[in-house]
Amino acid sequence: MSFNVENYFSDLSDRDVILFYKGNVDSDVINQILDSVEEKMVAISEQPKLRKRVYNVLVESLQNLYHHVDRVPEDFEDQTSEKFGLLLVKKVSGGYKITTGNFINTANIEKLEEKIKRINRSSHEEIKELYKFILNHQRISAKGGGGLGLVDIVRKTGNKLVYEFKQYSDKYSFFYLNILVTEEV
Amino acid sequence: MEPIIIEGTPKTPTVKFDASDGVFEIKGRSIPENSVEFYKPLVDWLDGYKEDPLPKTIVNIRLEYFNTSSSKCILDVFKKLETIHKSKYEVEVNWYYEEDDEDMLEAGEDYESIIRVPFKMIEIEE
Repeated sequence: MSFNVENYFSDLSDRDVILFYKGNVDSDVINQILDSVEEKMVAISEQPKLRKRVYNVLVESLQNLYHHVDRVPEDFEDQTSEKFGLLLVKKVSGGYKITTGNFINTANIEKLEEKIKRINRSSHEEIKELYKFILNHQRISAKGGGGLGLVDIVRKTGNKLVYEFKQYSDKYSFFYLNILVTEEV
Repeated sequence: MEPIIIEGTPKTPTVKFDASDGVFEIKGRSIPENSVEFYKPLVDWLDGYKEDPLPKTIVNIRLEYFNTSSSKCILDVFKKLETIHKSKYEVEVNWYYEEDDEDMLEAGEDYESIIRVPFKMIEIEE
């Protein structure tokens, strides 16, 4: 298989890269990533407002991986990671870009894409109302997610979700999600 | 009732629910992967408290961060408080947010619009 999940990024050695991670996303890994990114933002005296926003979006992105990733394909190089995910945090002009990646069963693509499209079609006011509606009416799922992660990310960033499904095999694709976090919404 | 006193961790808040003074506090970060596991004992405790509450209950929420899964559990906490308030007992929520943290202020306003309990938004200097 020639598919390499990192080929999506042309610039991993860039000095603007705050953090790159590839592997199992468990609770300890999430702690370490959050600590590391927070420390780096404090070290460069990042604006508190932006720092908090990045932290929040990072929490939701990582916990989305934790709660929702599908198993890796049988022929994938890393068979030990139960919840395989990928994360890139990069400083860009005016903010930070957070990219996550994970395998998804082909059968689950349509549902996820429909959800993202619905969120991307919504105005900022509609997103706020949608957030409140889900908060008040939806129970926490068996997987432990609240169904609010993506809505919260868009609400906090004010930016559309930029995404891509790259086909890996008949049964699997790799899902990339790009989130731009800026100080002003 | 035995009070609930929980020390904070990097992912879970400090909690102090004391039925003897009617002052309840949730403070710090609330970003656990499994928020139900953390909040269920608090919600259950409030179920007991609401049977015989003090004339006035004050709830101080002073969170730096909370994740979306905690947001549902915090709503469950508020719903218990709403029941107490509906039974003609005084309940007041003080929602603290750091200066310039509009996201945290908005989160408090969301709850205020859903829950029929008086909220006070209090800005704290960093």
